[in-house]
Amino acid sequence: MIVIAAIFFTGIILRTKSLASGRKGPGILQPVRDVVRLFRKGVVYSETTSFVFQIAPTIYFASVIMAMLVVPFGQSRGVLSFNGDFIFFAYVLALGKFFSIIAAMDTGSSFEGMGASREALYSMFAEPAFFILMGSLALLSGHTSFQEIFASLHIGSQISYALAALATFVLLMIAMIESSRMPLDDPKTHLELTMIHEVMILDNSGFDLGLIFTAGYIKFAIYGALIVNLFIGIIPIQYAIPSFFTIQFLMAVAIGLIESFMARFRMSHNPQFIVALTSVSLLIFFGVLLILQKFM
Amino acid sequence: MNLVMAFVLVPLAGMLLIPFLKANGKGFLSFALLLLNALISGYLAVQSLVGETLSFTLPGSLITGQIPIRIDALSGWFILVINLVFVTGGFYALFYMKAYREQRNNLSLHSISFLLQHAAMISLCVIQNSFAFLIAWEIMALSSFMVIIFEHEHIATIKAGINYLIQAHFSILFLMIGFIWVASKTGSYDFQAITSYTASISSSASLMLFILFFIGFAIKAGFVPFHTWLPYAHPAAPSHVSGIMSGVIIKIGIFGILRMLLVVKTDLTTVGYLVLIISLVSGLYGVMLAIIQHNLKKLLAYHSIENIGIIGIGIGIGCIGLGTGNQVLATLGFAGALLHTLNHSLFKSLLFYAAGNVYQAAHTMDIEKLGGLVKRMPQTAVLFLIAAIAISGIPPFNGFVSEFILYTGLYNWLSDATLVSLLAAIFSTAGLALIGGLAMLCFTKAFGVVFLGTERCALPDSCKEVPFLQLLPMYLLAAIIMLIGLFPMAFIKLLSQPVSLYTGTIASPLNAFPIHAFSALQPISWAAWLLILLVIGIFTIRRFALRHKNTVTCPTWGCGYIAPTSKIQYTAGSFVRTYSKLFAPFLLIGKHEEEIQGIFPTEATYHTHPYDKVEKWLIDSPLKINKSFMGRFVFLHNGKLQFYILYGVLFITAVLSIPFIYGNILSFIDFIKHL
Repeated sequence: MIVIAAIFFTGIILRTKSLASGRKGPGILQPVRDVVRLFRKGVVYSETTSFVFQIAPTIYFASVIMAMLVVPFGQSRGVLSFNGDFIFFAYVLALGKFFSIIAAMDTGSSFEGMGASREALYSMFAEPAFFILMGSLALLSGHTSFQEIFASLHIGSQISYALAALATFVLLMIAMIESSRMPLDDPKTHLELTMIHEVMILDNSGFDLGLIFTAGYIKFAIYGALIVNLFIGIIPIQYAIPSFFTIQFLMAVAIGLIESFMARFRMSHNPQFIVALTSVSLLIFFGVLLILQKFM
Repeated sequence: MNLVMAFVLVPLAGMLLIPFLKANGKGFLSFALLLLNALISGYLAVQSLVGETLSFTLPGSLITGQIPIRIDALSGWFILVINLVFVTGGFYALFYMKAYREQRNNLSLHSISFLLQHAAMISLCVIQNSFAFLIAWEIMALSSFMVIIFEHEHIATIKAGINYLIQAHFSILFLMIGFIWVASKTGSYDFQAITSYTASISSSASLMLFILFFIGFAIKAGFVPFHTWLPYAHPAAPSHVSGIMSGVIIKIGIFGILRMLLVVKTDLTTVGYLVLIISLVSGLYGVMLAIIQHNLKKLLAYHSIENIGIIGIGIGIGCIGLGTGNQVLATLGFAGALLHTLNHSLFKSLLFYAAGNVYQAAHTMDIEKLGGLVKRMPQTAVLFLIAAIAISGIPPFNGFVSEFILYTGLYNWLSDATLVSLLAAIFSTAGLALIGGLAMLCFTKAFGVVFLGTERCALPDSCKEVPFLQLLPMYLLAAIIMLIGLFPMAFIKLLSQPVSLYTGTIASPLNAFPIHAFSALQPISWAAWLLILLVIGIFTIRRFALRHKNTVTCPTWGCGYIAPTSKIQYTAGSFVRTYSKLFAPFLLIGKHEEEIQGIFPTEATYHTHPYDKVEKWLIDSPLKINKSFMGRFVFLHNGKLQFYILYGVLFITAVLSIPFIYGNILSFIDFIKHL
């Protein structure tokens, strides 16, 4: 499911962006065609690099696949599901990030070093927000695995609607940070100095670049799936599948619109923005306390 | 009993024999004796881990009374950890110390101190008599001092050594006050007396006693703000000693705290919150300072503080679990703490040995001067990488397992009811997540700058991989790191006895845990396997896909610039610049810069010196005040012998005259009262 969503996701974003800016734009499947073309190509290695650079895209891709395996779908479990699987989810993604950072350092390029430094910093700030969010959801539902949390979330009162909205916001923003989209990073900029993720993969080519792109698409779709799960936890499966794709589609359109009408933040504002996310997730936590009436 | 006697005799034999051997002989003999001692103590330790508490009684002397020796599961666990690190460290040292073969006397002293250090630490784990405990503690402190100052011709080394010695004695001071307090009330030095005594006094008094012990042991363990000796001592010592210090010596502090938790009966919830807060501060502060260090060993030293913090978080939530009667929380907390103790000693000693290889090859520890070492020392680089991933708590290695257990504990705690505990749990979770992220920043910096890219300065031609035998202990450590990551269940089972000492559940050996506590570990080991298979699978596909494609090698993309130098690379300083600006309020970075000026640019320089804010406020400022106050009396210290004799006479007269004057004062007061 996530793979299917991943195939279309980035295409939809691109299409929305081009429509919003008045162009016709490439077809929805264009990113997939790009990747397939990359898979067929030979590779170019920088002479400063070592084995780290060669193995890093593979590990990055594998880590994203592993993360995908723990994500549940509505009532049905992920391939791997256990108590605290979201901790594994966050840390296995960190493995991929670790390798993409050191691969960037491996090229000895100042641009890639810059991207690596930013990536390390931003993902560090994003982690507490994710853990607090999951902590609040765990508290609310009394379970500690993705599937059980989502399956037992009952969105009833008005506060919980607010919470769901906030949680969607936090997850969406974490998705933006993790997949380096606007407003934190501009994947389409022409200037290396202002990139984060794109600048780290300047020297990757051919099969490796294809792996990195695919992993990026899947990662985005994973976060989309998490957001979807916030809402479809209790819906039976035959309604869940269409709603899954609808929400993913809406999300992609939303991101496309955001990217069309918003400028990228200044680099120095990014950390503030990400720390603000942590406070939003703390807000969710207090909201949960309110629901459970823990304030004496 | 015979084994215990043999254990004491082995280092004595070493002391007698080692000075008379040649340089190689000294090394081999001390390693052989170390191995022998490790086998003896390891044999006893394994017995205790499967659930059999051994106890012996040494006759002791008139002063100490009988010295009970009890090897329970907690001692057993720590003995095994100590032995593992010491044996690998000793083997590594055989090759690392070859460069110093000429300094024969120095080597004798070093080998003997090394043996004594090992013996003292094992003894600390088993002795349950406070007087003998303090003596063993002192032997450990002194022998550590001797091994640290091996390169005593450097002033920095001696300074670091003396700094360590002084702070080690501060730790002894606190322990001594605690032990004397109990001994003066009960008249016995046995640890059991402490238990019965603390059970009889008020809870605030026993809390006071525990805090005394805690400070004493925390200095050794390096909790913030008692950590300031640590970043000096680790870089100054030879690499195998740094590995051992960081791997196990600071863990003796952790052992002490854990032992005192068993011995002192006090309010565990309060203690738990106290330990939890200090640990969170240590964890965050340690890693925050680690990131800005430019000396590789100093970076690793600050990282030890962070990991002590993580262990402390485990101990803290364990105590709170006990205090509030939450068995699962207590189990998860203590199991996480104990497993992280083992994990940290594995990857930290591996990191220090790798740093030692780098030092041996490149003769510098300044990471701004290193770079591109992966091509000269590929095996060291891979070993460092494994340890770096493990220490950042990333699967599929061991660091993830222990951090996962702690997270599970914290989320478990969330189901508790009160507001305070909820807030504490959520902030600890966020703190632990932040520590993980910062550790990743730190180790991508360390690995990326030291091993990757191109050389930043010309390295000596002799800079190449160390001999295979020197790498052998490191491979052993790396193998255990992977084993714990892939088979966490096996190691958790070993922990059931030590943990049940706290939770008090008496069950069949090797299976004393609440059922659901560790249910997630089996899937984690599957996931780790799956991850590795996936990587291998994709890599094979990639190899297959690229088989007939042409692979080209060209220079790195330089944005069109075609003559890049190695100076263009990102440095360690620039890698963390954004970070250090953001965290500026917590850091203290001295800067020296000369900017480029004029039409024809002259040379520009930029230096930074990271320093420690806690050290500045807690150590330097009081010392300064003390110095300026004492400076007023410096005129007394004039170097003339006749004055000193005069001071002596004055002092003796003063002492002798006190009783007379005292009587006079009393009668004077009486006189006034009569009026």
